[in-house]
Amino acid sequence: MRTAVVLLALVAAAAIPGSLLPQRNVASDPSAVASFYAENPGLAPWLDRFQLFDVYASAWFASIYLLLLVSMVGCVLPRSARLWRSVRSAPPAAPRHLGRMDRYVAWTSDVPSDEVVARAEATVRGLGYRVEVAGTEVRGERGYLREVGNLMFHLSLLVLLVGVGAGRLFGFEGRVALVEGASFTNLRSQYDAFTPSVWTDVDGLEPFSFTLDDFDATFESGSVDAGAPRSFLADLTVTREGSDPETVQVRPNDPLDVNETKAFLTGHGYAPKVTVTDGEGNVAYSGPVMFLPLDQTYTSEGVVKVPDAVPTQLGFEGLFLPTGVIDDLGPRSVFPDDLNPLLVLTAFTGDLQMDDGAAQSVFTLDKGGMKQARGADGEPFKRALAVGETMRLPGGEGTLRFDGVARFANFQIAYDPGKEISLVAGVLLLVGLTASLAIRRRHLWVRVGPTGEVEVAARSVTRRPLPAGEVDRLLTALDAPRHTSSPTPTPEKETL
Amino acid sequence: MNDVAWAELSNSLIYSAIAVYALAFLGYCAFAAGRSTTPAPLPEMSVAAGAAGTAPYPEEAIPSGEPTPAGRTQFLGAAAISLTTLAFGLHAASIASRGIAAGRAPWGNMYEFVLVCSLAAAGAFLATVRRRPIQALGVWVSALVLIALGLAVTVLYTPAGALVPVLNSYWLVIHVAAAMIGGGVFTVGFIATTAFLVRTRLDRRGRRTGMLPSTETLGQVAHAAHMFAFPVWTFAVIAGAIWAENSWGRYWGWDPKETWAFITWVLYAAYLHAQATAGWRGVKASWFAIAGYAAFVFNFFGVNMWITGLHSYAGV
Repeated sequence: MRTAVVLLALVAAAAIPGSLLPQRNVASDPSAVASFYAENPGLAPWLDRFQLFDVYASAWFASIYLLLLVSMVGCVLPRSARLWRSVRSAPPAAPRHLGRMDRYVAWTSDVPSDEVVARAEATVRGLGYRVEVAGTEVRGERGYLREVGNLMFHLSLLVLLVGVGAGRLFGFEGRVALVEGASFTNLRSQYDAFTPSVWTDVDGLEPFSFTLDDFDATFESGSVDAGAPRSFLADLTVTREGSDPETVQVRPNDPLDVNETKAFLTGHGYAPKVTVTDGEGNVAYSGPVMFLPLDQTYTSEGVVKVPDAVPTQLGFEGLFLPTGVIDDLGPRSVFPDDLNPLLVLTAFTGDLQMDDGAAQSVFTLDKGGMKQARGADGEPFKRALAVGETMRLPGGEGTLRFDGVARFANFQIAYDPGKEISLVAGVLLLVGLTASLAIRRRHLWVRVGPTGEVEVAARSVTRRPLPAGEVDRLLTALDAPRHTSSPTPTPEKETL
Repeated sequence: MNDVAWAELSNSLIYSAIAVYALAFLGYCAFAAGRSTTPAPLPEMSVAAGAAGTAPYPEEAIPSGEPTPAGRTQFLGAAAISLTTLAFGLHAASIASRGIAAGRAPWGNMYEFVLVCSLAAAGAFLATVRRRPIQALGVWVSALVLIALGLAVTVLYTPAGALVPVLNSYWLVIHVAAAMIGGGVFTVGFIATTAFLVRTRLDRRGRRTGMLPSTETLGQVAHAAHMFAFPVWTFAVIAGAIWAENSWGRYWGWDPKETWAFITWVLYAAYLHAQATAGWRGVKASWFAIAGYAAFVFNFFGVNMWITGLHSYAGV
């Protein structure tokens, strides 16, 4: 028990740093560790050496909880054996000095002893006790389920380990962002980010595909909480293997479920639709471009890359403002819905450097080979466009027209074959825990002496007091004289 | 009545509740002062005789009616309990009208969480004080409830309104309700544990300790509160995991909120184990309960205000 207490305290302490330091593979912000590295270049490698950015997958955290589980098994197995023996054996004999029990009552009765014993046996049995009669002694025991619950609770932690392990070994998580009208097929190559487990069958993912037909968002327009999101709704056309396409609505807390592979709606943003013509007057790009939301009002930043433009490639960088305002504070959005969409862009010409094979973010420009377009006054060329407006680059190097606004939705797609096992473990844990805390194991004895003295005694095996009334019912059944009761202090008892 | 009227009624009721809790607090202070100056009618140790569950508590058996100092003290204790019950009623009515105003379960932000959690603490105290002589803890309970409500109406106040879509789930009702009830009862456990530690220390130094219940009573109340709250907290964590699976696609992701709920759970598990370990029972074990409560409080204030995570939408 002492070992368990120390190890539990260690687990609690070891879990703390992971909540304070950024963690890899924790969903809230995938880039948190990278930005921590950038801000603390001296400290971060040292923290990394001690696995402090992967606390919950670290060797030292695993060693603590594995030690805890080993010590638990070492404790639980002998106790299971002891419980098995005590369930199979009869309730224990009364101690010689019953007066030292938690509750003790004695009186002299003129009822024949066999009748007292018979009545006591029936009453104690009626109270739900296991009863054994030995001569003129009635022995009762009740509350075995307490220990069963206790063992169930501890063993459920092992089941939980299996469930967590199954998820960690066979499951996967991935993310994909889709603009309205775009489709996704459940293949590894289609994910924006894909985190498989050790033994994930990456070539055998559940076969399905879906198209984001429409995404709808509403926001609070009243004075209280103005701008707070009120509903998100993604209309999907889903095609499962071997069946016709069907429409499915996906909301937060209401995922698409295809044979346990689930797609969750986790976020959304805007994708302004643009048409870019190049220096030769040809359309070099036309379509939506996703911009990354920066704040609650969906001020979003992004870039438009046009590698097909000739004679020079074109790049645009700037902000999308769903309800745009441009004043002394600069361009910003004052409401998350697209009430007055504005696209504020600067332009670059030159080489986008997309041919060297290195992965590029779709939200940033590599300006190494680019030159910023400038107006006649030498200031950077910059335009704020409303829907339908066009910006023309100085020197006739191209144009960009803001055609309209589409939305995109982020989907988190996950498969965890261990979650049912974990759920079973959770239910066992809760039932076992409640039983072990709520059920009181206790003994009850009635002994009739040769000269008619009747002794009644009760003892709680746990730290909790005896349930009120049980002994009183027995006393009433045995016609004990009133006011013979003499409660004695409860000695400290072993629990758990 | 329209939503705005219900919201205003809720605010008026919570201010009334604060005023009545403050009166109750004064009553408990006078009660405690009276106890500490009145000679104890019986040795405190005899209180433990009630352990078998049938004997009345000698502390309760002080004859009243006559305007003796002891009788006055008893009257003050009873009056403070009545005031607490009245404040509890106002408090509960405030939460109910808030729920009507917002048209949902009234525990969707920090303000509402504090309101319901402190109601659970007051309710747990009122339920316990009917069975155990712990009126003296009323000073601490009413003080903590007053601090919590004071923070709620000043720092945490949010006008009644609808919820962001991710909270729009019946799991909000289940998961958060369990967390609040667990937290409220843990609060009573924390107060009884702290009083237990104080009383143990005073006893050891041989000081007069008429103000506090006996260590036996305090130990039993603390243990009972934790034994009730621990499974409730466990359920809150499991319900949260089920909701997380339904909302984010993974039932456990070591989000800071989840991590601190886990730390709280482990510390209380250590407390229950320590209570069953020879040599740790009593004082040493109590420190685990104190640490568990500290983790619970940090999870609410610290994690919501200083650490960003997936639970950050709860909002101040």
